Amino acid sequence: MNGTFVGMPAFPTAAREALADTQLRRNLAHATRTIRDKRAAVVAEVEDWEDLRLAGAGVKEAALRDLATHLETLEASLTRAGATVHWARDAEEACAIVAAVTKAHGADEVVKVKSMATAEIGLNEALEAEGIAAWETDLAELIVQLGEDLPSHILVPAIHRNRAEVREIFLRRMGAVGRPAPADLTDEPAVLAGAAREHLREKFLRAKVAVSGANFVVADTGTLVVVESEGNGRMCLTLPEVLVSVVGIEKVVATWSDLDPMLRLLPRSSTGERMNPYTSTWSGVTAGDGPQEVHVVLLDNGRTRALADDVGRQALRCIRCSACLNVCPVYERVGGHAYGSVYPGPIGAILNPLLNGVSDEQTASLPYASSLCGACFEVCPVRIDIPSVLVDQRAAVVDSHRDDRVPKAEAVAMKAAAWTFSDSRRLAWAEKASGLAGRVMGRFSRRTMPGGRAAAGRLPGPAAGWTGARDLPAPPAESFREWWDRTDGGRDGSAR
Amino acid sequence: MRVALQITCVNDAMFPDTGKAVVRLLRRLGVDVDFPQAQTCCGQPMVNTGYLDEAVPVVRTFVDAFAGYDAIVTPSGSCAGSARHQHSIVAERSGDPALVAAVAETAPRTYELSEFLVDVLGVTDVGAYFPHRVTYHPTCHSLRMLGVGDRPRQLLEAVRGIQLVDLPNATECCGFGGTFALKNADTSIAMGADKARHVRDTGAEVLVAGDNSCLMHVGGLLSRERAGVRVMHLAEVLAATEDSEGESSGPAVGERAGDLA
Repeated sequence: MNGTFVGMPAFPTAAREALADTQLRRNLAHATRTIRDKRAAVVAEVEDWEDLRLAGAGVKEAALRDLATHLETLEASLTRAGATVHWARDAEEACAIVAAVTKAHGADEVVKVKSMATAEIGLNEALEAEGIAAWETDLAELIVQLGEDLPSHILVPAIHRNRAEVREIFLRRMGAVGRPAPADLTDEPAVLAGAAREHLREKFLRAKVAVSGANFVVADTGTLVVVESEGNGRMCLTLPEVLVSVVGIEKVVATWSDLDPMLRLLPRSSTGERMNPYTSTWSGVTAGDGPQEVHVVLLDNGRTRALADDVGRQALRCIRCSACLNVCPVYERVGGHAYGSVYPGPIGAILNPLLNGVSDEQTASLPYASSLCGACFEVCPVRIDIPSVLVDQRAAVVDSHRDDRVPKAEAVAMKAAAWTFSDSRRLAWAEKASGLAGRVMGRFSRRTMPGGRAAAGRLPGPAAGWTGARDLPAPPAESFREWWDRTDGGRDGSAR
Repeated sequence: MRVALQITCVNDAMFPDTGKAVVRLLRRLGVDVDFPQAQTCCGQPMVNTGYLDEAVPVVRTFVDAFAGYDAIVTPSGSCAGSARHQHSIVAERSGDPALVAAVAETAPRTYELSEFLVDVLGVTDVGAYFPHRVTYHPTCHSLRMLGVGDRPRQLLEAVRGIQLVDLPNATECCGFGGTFALKNADTSIAMGADKARHVRDTGAEVLVAGDNSCLMHVGGLLSRERAGVRVMHLAEVLAATEDSEGESSGPAVGERAGDLA
């Protein structure tokens, strides 16, 4: 029922289409500004925010440094607590485990807590192929699922929709999969949430199997932690008989007290709240209380690949807060779909290539989907230096093409630039040529730029991407270098 | 103190007036600035596009050209950021311990212009006169990579005659981003269009920043819109005096279209 990102074009093409969607531009500009301002206000309240960021980064870094040990500890403590631990190398293995557990209980449906890991592995589609319906119960995920749409944000997957669109989706689609929306549905947020609550309730009460992810897993206690805002997660985690949690192996922290900085950083960074409304923790099975059969699927799916990358491994610290999306000027304008992944925005631009490699064109376009402005690094609660990883992943893309039989035009241009810049005499010749071109352009220019310089005309080739929308000053007749030579650095008095 | 000007490749080839302004300004402040002729580019275009091997000889040229100087001053936050934060990555990649060592010498001595003026020379009033309505855009790399903070603002506030107005959403990227402006031209232009709108909303006559590459982008959009706003590098505003103001309709004389013909 959900859409799929398979076959998405590379970022520049997808972005071009998204930029023309006026409703999307308006919805995103409004939504990101609102969350951004909320976050800034609650972060400013915390005097030692920088220390907290360092602590959060430290907890995750320590866990990643000794990941194998922590995972073994986790498996032992989960098993001791009555949970069944599964290991999944990739999406296919993980989906097969969830399907097998569901079928073992004769169920043809599951209720789901919002989970990035299950979105990443395409669990809903895999279950559907096995004849199992997966019902999303997070409000925004429900909107995306009912709309047969794709998520466009990590925290608020329906951020690209406004309330009028949500009303229309509810009216059109709810009846087909359960309790219909009331005919007099308005676009008031409270009314829309009320309709979702009614629609979901019968699914909560009926479901035998629930599927979740986890925000954190504590190795020494075998505790899974889910952080959510709507209470739908709590319903899924407590009502059904069977609970299957799909957890990326990077979610592990060593001890219970490691949760302290994380649970303070996450709500302020993601929803802009001081404290999270519904924080559920459970360790295996508790007799007579909650699910009596608990499964934990520990998922690799590229994480060990990312871990092996010296620069990129810091991306595994990510706690999926979305702060980087909300401040990203690129994300704000193109939205999440253009990234072609459940992980959009700055973190997606590094996480996807790190998890999957850069061999396909779409993924290889993601590290370039940034102006390297650095706003993401500034807000990241676990101090992931996203700009540095972006540059490093660009190098990975370039290096993957070094053995191409026919080099790309860009590679040829960069080699030529490097040759020119490796010797100042070569650069001086290039500047003389550009000065001559500038004289010619100046003579034929029909445009004077504000301040008086002549504009170059429209340029051909890759430069057309510039002059299509931006005037470019014609190169000056004399470079700085030539001026310095001619006037002895302006000391001859004739200098201007 | 031996001070070198790192003009940057963009300024050398496209905006020589910025370089001349830095020279005038520093001489006025008593600094005998030198221009090492062997310099070319900081290597950022290669590094930020992913061509690290190609950047190695460029970084080598940089450290050779600027070896022995106490301070390397550059009118670009982006190029200073490249020297301070990226040259070591390139040097590591080269596997050449001599290059690593050379970078460790030049990187911490590289200053963006406003840092050099405020931190090294200890001045904020540079004796400039610029009677125009101005708004200032803090470029991303100066702001977030170098952390120049309000230094440019302090310098501008001390300029006589200036009418400095706040730019809305000032800290948001203009969308230039080096090769991003070409590889993702549509997104770059969408970002620049919003920046240009904020600039127009200030009613300023001049948009000032510390990076000519960002100004080339926003200025190119403003020019295409016939917005009646010109762009100027911070150095040109700070170099302007009562004398230079009298010489033309604009303070730091750019090359007139007529001069070229």
